[in-house]
Amino acid sequence: MIGISLFDVIGPNMVGPSSSHTAGAVSMALLARKIFYKEKKTRERLIRRADFTLYGSFAKTYRGHGTDRALLGGMLGFETDDLRIRDAFSYAEANGLEYSFSVSEDKDMHPNTADMDLTGMDGRKLFVRGVSLGGGKVKITRLNQIEVDFTGEYSTLIVSQTDKQGVAAHITKCLSDCGVNIAFMRIFREAKGAKAYTVVESDEKIPEAVMDSIKKNPYIANVTLL
Amino acid sequence: MDFKSGKELLDLCEKMQMPISEVMKRREAELTGMREEEIDAGIKKALSIMDNSAHEPLEKEMNSMGGLIGGEARRLKEGSKEGKSFCGDVITKAITYAMAVLEVNASMGVIVAAPTAGSSGVLPGVLFALKEEWGLEDEVLHQGLYTAGAVGYLLMRNASVSGAQAGCQAEVGSASAMAAAAAVEMMGGTPGQALSAAVGALSNLLGLVCDPIGGLVENPCQNRNAVGAVNALINAQQALAGIRQKIPFDEMAQVMLNVGRNLPFELRESALGGCATAPSACGLGGCGKGIG
Repeated sequence: MIGISLFDVIGPNMVGPSSSHTAGAVSMALLARKIFYKEKKTRERLIRRADFTLYGSFAKTYRGHGTDRALLGGMLGFETDDLRIRDAFSYAEANGLEYSFSVSEDKDMHPNTADMDLTGMDGRKLFVRGVSLGGGKVKITRLNQIEVDFTGEYSTLIVSQTDKQGVAAHITKCLSDCGVNIAFMRIFREAKGAKAYTVVESDEKIPEAVMDSIKKNPYIANVTLL
Repeated sequence: MDFKSGKELLDLCEKMQMPISEVMKRREAELTGMREEEIDAGIKKALSIMDNSAHEPLEKEMNSMGGLIGGEARRLKEGSKEGKSFCGDVITKAITYAMAVLEVNASMGVIVAAPTAGSSGVLPGVLFALKEEWGLEDEVLHQGLYTAGAVGYLLMRNASVSGAQAGCQAEVGSASAMAAAAAVEMMGGTPGQALSAAVGALSNLLGLVCDPIGGLVENPCQNRNAVGAVNALINAQQALAGIRQKIPFDEMAQVMLNVGRNLPFELRESALGGCATAPSACGLGGCGKGIG
């Protein structure tokens, strides 16, 4: 959605004490969880372990702001106004979710950043870096080894691919065939010819059908729709 | 129906012969594609969370995460029972509820950020003091929330509501401006009076620094929510009496942003200055180490 909504001002409804350090932490963990779950639809897809690294202000004040409980709560699927966040440690234990928190002194990072290193029941790994932008808004700035930039506020399609000629054209053609109006589309890559992500954001809901047609290209490894 | 400035908002109110609340509701419907009933449901939910967070600490002890606050609202309530509420009932309730919400917030309870978590007590303080002392219906409070939302949206768009960016004046100052405008509309004032009250509220808190002890949303944040609520009431009463501010809303929003930009980093939520570095505050948490 474009523009500031009434509920960006009168809201979010949230567990305190801080929109950036608590609600933002919940939201980035929810987003990481969603990416993990949507990436592969198998039975053994549950998250077994989440290792968090906190930077900047997150690293210095996470206990007093409940940032650790908030990240864990989000990983358990709790929304920003879910009171269970307060007791996220015991819910994690009850749900068999292992976790660790460490802090980093790295000064080059945005002050409210958390790395979320996830491991599934089936051993699948996903690394997600989230940044809290203030007022509960967040963005994802890294997926596995690749720097990315998206918020998850729009209907978002993440395509994992090899950086080859014609792949972007294939993706846009599939989207166009399905009648998707693209709000933003960006390609993020490690190096020329290496692994890359294409992130497409649309104002309207992107149909699931588009995933199958995109997957037909041999250079496309996976498609995730958030 | 959209507006990007206070002037455009007032022009729309004039043209459509509508209060600010109604213009804001229609803008939201157009922006999001939601039906008006859905938007109303969201506002009702926000008010019910505000109601709970304003009243719960009067009955129940809240333990804050940082241990710097807790029990203030109950003490105010007990004090007023013992005949020590010389501020009068409206102001006593406004400060009690404003401080109560910050207790809930600091203990990881559920609040509505309005516009932020650190300033979440101001609006409930004003709304529920007026509701209880003037017998206002919930529908009137809903209108107040729409009006507050319109002012907060303009400040978010054209100035700042971030303490890290522009100091506490941008958080509690903005919340106070939102609550002042809401109070004017709820008490029967005009759109022009509502924005004039918002201007007064902003100007009174200009330059207010963001200096949380230990970097936590506890103290002095909680006290400042009480100030923001009372400041809103003062400005609403002045506007309703016909006192008009000399500076228009859009200019005051810009003034607030400019003052915020001139605040040094130490006084913008870094915990490197102000109350956070007072010698006695140092023993309470991370003096001078900062959080940025």
